[in-house]
Amino acid sequence: MHEMSIAAAVVEQVDAAARDHGAPGVARVRLQVGELAGVVPQALDFCFELACAGTLVAGAVLQTESVAARARCTPCAVEWPVGMPPDLGCPSCAGGSVELLTGRELQILDVEWAERPGVQADQKG
Amino acid sequence: MCRTVDLRQAVLARNDGSARELRAALAARGTVAVNLMSSPGSGKTALLEAELGLARRRGVPVAALTADLATENDALRLARSGALVKQVLTDGLCHLEAEMLAGHLADWLPDDTRLLFVENVGNLVCPASYDLGESLRVALASVTEGEDKPLKYPTAFGLANLVLVTKADLAAAAEFDEAAFRANVARVNPGVEVVLTSARRGQGVGVLLDRALAVLDGAAPHRPVMAADHAGSGHGHGHAHPHDHGHAHDHGHPHQDQDGERRDATAAVRESA
Repeated sequence: MHEMSIAAAVVEQVDAAARDHGAPGVARVRLQVGELAGVVPQALDFCFELACAGTLVAGAVLQTESVAARARCTPCAVEWPVGMPPDLGCPSCAGGSVELLTGRELQILDVEWAERPGVQADQKG
Repeated sequence: MCRTVDLRQAVLARNDGSARELRAALAARGTVAVNLMSSPGSGKTALLEAELGLARRRGVPVAALTADLATENDALRLARSGALVKQVLTDGLCHLEAEMLAGHLADWLPDDTRLLFVENVGNLVCPASYDLGESLRVALASVTEGEDKPLKYPTAFGLANLVLVTKADLAAAAEFDEAAFRANVARVNPGVEVVLTSARRGQGVGVLLDRALAVLDGAAPHRPVMAADHAGSGHGHGHAHPHDHGHAHDHGHPHQDQDGERRDATAAVRESA
């Protein structure tokens, strides 16, 4: 389970950003996770809480937004949701010009600072 | 009032940055790294032992680094080939990361090494997310594991530049459906080469070495659809990543203060209720 390493990387970056901004704490971290990123959001949530301990991120809510994977075959002008398990073959040709448009995202979108350490934002987005 | 700041930072930016640096450093000295990933017990070590022996006989300077949670058994097996071998014990960590690898290579990898084979931790989930600075990524599955392995572990097989099937000598006994396996690989990674091997019988032995040597000679490896930069990923193999912010600094201390080394958090401060 590499979600602990992923969570530690998120916390490290957000903690550093909070220090750069002189923020006293972090209320919410919004994360974008693609369907093909190879990360399980529930496991990440659990690890995030552990990884936050002792940092400016402690107490923050992790809000995960999933991104569906979509692919396109440019010559055929066809676009499709790849699904899970993914189907990356063009449905109308056997050609090798398929592009993955979305689905590999694993990025911190934005961060909401807290007025003081350890204060959570409310859960609504 | 709460302030929200857009970060837009790839979570694995640091690993990806380290991987890019390592790939460039290896390329500068004429070394190509090959990242091998598979389930535990798939036969990576047996195949690699055969490939290393062949490389030695052909006079190709090769080295292998093998990662396991515990025991030095794999290094002892690989060392029988006569190649330079290093065992890395991850103490329970399920995957290698680029900076860990770079640390293990420093003061160990001889300058004249042309091919470095990295046998990742036996695991098809976690290692798939971490670029190690390799130029050739190989996913392996044995005939006993089932034809649907590529569908169950789409990231590992979807990001591979080469897929090797091991233990082909057991294919009949395992009722391995080669056509189904190939179709499943093609579904997650259209166009990737799939080669059947048997270390025991020598079938397909040398293919891995040949493909690695081709990359060393400048051949472009197969480019998986899933490795596309524009799909929101910070990963990839040897391509520029405009959204990455990799920096060279210590790794493995996620909670230490690194004020001033981080950037990009200055973008677009907005107010929200």
